[in-house]
Amino acid sequence: MTTAPTAAGPDHGADPAAPPATGLALRGITKRFGSLVANSAIDLDIVPGQIHCLLGENGAGKSTLMNVLYGLLSPDEGQIFVDGSPVVIRNPKEAIADGIGMVHQHFMLVEVFTVAENLVLGREGGIGLSMRRARRTVRELSERYRFDVDPDAKVEDLPVGVQQRVEILKALANDARFLIFDEPTAVLTPQEIDELMDVMRALRDEGKAVVFITHKLREVREIADTITVIRRGAVVGTADPTESEARLAELMVGRAVNLVVDKQPARPSAEPRLRLQGVSVADAGGHVVVDDLDLDVHGGEIVCVAGVQGNGQSELADALLGTLPLTTGSITLDGKTISGRTPKEIIDAGLGYVPEDRQHDGFVGSFTVAENLVLNSYDQAPFAHGVRLDLGRIRDNADDRVGEFDIRTQTIDTPVSSLSGGNQQKVVLARELSRPLAALVASQPTRGVDVGAIEFLHSRLVGERDRGTAVLIVSTELDEVAALADRVAVMYRGRIVGVVPPDTSREALGLMMAGVPVDEALAAAPRNSEPATSPAPTTSPEPVEGQR
Amino acid sequence: MSTATAPAPTAPRPTQQARSARRFPWTDVIATVAAFVLAFLVGAILMIVSDTDVRSKFTYFFARPSDALVASADKVGGAYGALIAGSVGGYGPITETTAQAAPLICAGLGVALAFRAGLFNIGAQGQAILGSIFAAYVGFSWHLPPGIHLLVAVLAGIVGGAVWGGLVGWLKAGAGAHEVIVTIMLNYVAAGLLDYLLTTTVFQRPGRTDPISPIVDFSATFPRLVGGQLHLGFLLAILAAVLVWWLLERSTTGFAIRAVGANPHAAATAGMSVARTTVITMAVAGALAGLAGVQAALGPSASGLPVPLSAGIVGSIGFDAITVALLGRSTPLGTVLAGLLFGALHAGGLAMQSVAQTPLTLTTALQALIVLFVAAPALVTRLVPFVRTRKARASGPVPEGGLSS
Repeated sequence: MTTAPTAAGPDHGADPAAPPATGLALRGITKRFGSLVANSAIDLDIVPGQIHCLLGENGAGKSTLMNVLYGLLSPDEGQIFVDGSPVVIRNPKEAIADGIGMVHQHFMLVEVFTVAENLVLGREGGIGLSMRRARRTVRELSERYRFDVDPDAKVEDLPVGVQQRVEILKALANDARFLIFDEPTAVLTPQEIDELMDVMRALRDEGKAVVFITHKLREVREIADTITVIRRGAVVGTADPTESEARLAELMVGRAVNLVVDKQPARPSAEPRLRLQGVSVADAGGHVVVDDLDLDVHGGEIVCVAGVQGNGQSELADALLGTLPLTTGSITLDGKTISGRTPKEIIDAGLGYVPEDRQHDGFVGSFTVAENLVLNSYDQAPFAHGVRLDLGRIRDNADDRVGEFDIRTQTIDTPVSSLSGGNQQKVVLARELSRPLAALVASQPTRGVDVGAIEFLHSRLVGERDRGTAVLIVSTELDEVAALADRVAVMYRGRIVGVVPPDTSREALGLMMAGVPVDEALAAAPRNSEPATSPAPTTSPEPVEGQR
Repeated sequence: MSTATAPAPTAPRPTQQARSARRFPWTDVIATVAAFVLAFLVGAILMIVSDTDVRSKFTYFFARPSDALVASADKVGGAYGALIAGSVGGYGPITETTAQAAPLICAGLGVALAFRAGLFNIGAQGQAILGSIFAAYVGFSWHLPPGIHLLVAVLAGIVGGAVWGGLVGWLKAGAGAHEVIVTIMLNYVAAGLLDYLLTTTVFQRPGRTDPISPIVDFSATFPRLVGGQLHLGFLLAILAAVLVWWLLERSTTGFAIRAVGANPHAAATAGMSVARTTVITMAVAGALAGLAGVQAALGPSASGLPVPLSAGIVGSIGFDAITVALLGRSTPLGTVLAGLLFGALHAGGLAMQSVAQTPLTLTTALQALIVLFVAAPALVTRLVPFVRTRKARASGPVPEGGLSS
């Protein structure tokens, strides 16, 4: 299983023996955590001049494998070969010495330092720092790979996509020949993802070996030369980039997956249930981040707020829950004003809320599954009598929800922090959907969630819509928007640029997300157009790098 | 619907047994015991090194090692023997231990409860002082009927501590003041307040020029069991521990306290009021520390007589309480056990000093060592190999919520 992508299927029969003379090879890598086998006898060949996609769900063992490769974990069994000769990698320093570079999902950059300073970091060597040389390195590499990075820019001032390029530069400055990208697209906007793809192609064309870890099928098919699918810690096969998404998903999840959300046409109520009128919100620094926004969500429909991260969606969601005060305007739920109320009153009025950052806001990690399932109803009947908690009811509720939402947990007393991302999100959603709602606000409901769970979460969101709830979803993933929305509200700089039907082309949505008015966007990229017919950038009043 | 295609590779449905099997914190227990043993080992070395007699025998260790070893064993054995005899060696010592432990348990609970809400309550000292002022004032100046007098005095002390603690919560919730700074400062204020009050006509004993109050009435003093030092205050301490356990584990208020302590953002997103929870927690924590002050003011002296209010009435209870809570991993049961341990060290230390001529400061060193080893689990793990295999889970919220921040 080397350069030639074979048809999908277990490939263990082929002789795993001789590692190739050039490139990086893993043979029989096994890593156990207690009784859990995170990697089981994994063979992998990483060849220069290729983009090798490592595809697998969250928790499949991709990151573990790469951490073994990068010296952050030591394998229990198996051997790593560089250019045909066995190596032992005990720490990242040795990995770097072997030509392995890692671009972490969470950047390892000092934000207040400049790009060049970050490059020097950790390689100070003597007392004198050669900033001049670092600057030159940045400029040279940047030119060679068309990175467009200013060596003297402060990292904190750079957009996320450019920060990521600084990470790549750091690896390249160490003469990395094997570049590992750990879920690099999770933090990027659609445009930035395209730019990253170009960068990866440029790296490949320069003869680097690129390892791209992801669970997003669209990206894999777009860029991979070789695909290796990992499921439950083992290589289940290799696939050709021309395989259909459904086939890749099936390999990854281990069963047929329905990628299209199965939903009936919406039957919206006559009156809007959730109504925002002239809503403005300021952030902590006093900047207006939501600007005089009007939006109606009817019962029985899903409205998706699409937009590039940082255009006021997060603050809008906060304002709906009441954790951020409105500077002007009002929000009503079934005709009752909820703006100016406390989160508790708003929740009790029937607003369900799935926060954007579930680790931070969605649950208490050290609390058990059972406790988290009543996090916002613990003080009400039937879970409480006065100030006394009814532990029996709380546990019964947990048993029911765990079954109903297929939450994979050892027991209901397991701390939620030890669950996978998808199951953590199921806990959050199960909690919100288990009480009668007038409206549900869900931010990035499937971020960091694997395919199998996404399918389930989407179907539950549609199910909630069909119960007559007004559903407002904030998402930066256009695939998700297209799959779920009955109407799409595109948000740009705190305003709704326009509300369009869900079958609007990606190009038109992309233009609107860059601030192009709805008429112009639709004219430039007509509905249902075929992909990528030059999306007429001349109409854009904002250059692409202007959106942050 | 698409879910129908799922072959439902179910999570194992939890059995009744698995559900009710709460993990017993064996790792914590082992680590604590190991810390205890290590502390005593180091304590023994300190004793040997600091004793001139024993040390002189080590000068000819290689000629006659037995001399040095026997002298060391005698010294250490004698001191620890006295320590044990003075703390658990019979009815008298045991009751003395309970008397010493009662205020430590109460104040420790105050610190532990705050820890659970993510608050570092350094102010148990000040809260205890306020408790003792209130309780003693009612005790020596109100002259109520027996029974009622004690009850009112106890409640007054609890209110005093609650006000002092609640003030901290209010300042933090309302003005964003950091509780560590505020509690430290309020400790000074409380100590100063006590000093001042003892010079006023309301508090100073008539005819005295030194800062001391009238003696508390018999009717407001904790009755004690015949023949020992065990008094009603210890029962109150245990009762308080049970109440704190119930509050934390079985009440909605405690649920909010724990949620706010573990993840205030998620708690706020779920609609809990972090500000309100902070005020409530600090008020209850203050009430518990106030009860410790009550113990000091209304507990009988060694000879069984009521005591007056004086400047040093609460000693260093409020500071020892932090250690007790830390040692007890911020759980009510742990705090009771840690309080008893420290009570025993206090009681046994006195005996050790008089019987084995070992300075009382050694018990202080022992306490410090125990805490040191408990607070540094990594060190204990390294020193005691068998703990290593079981370390796994992090301990309670103390290290993460309290010390590291």
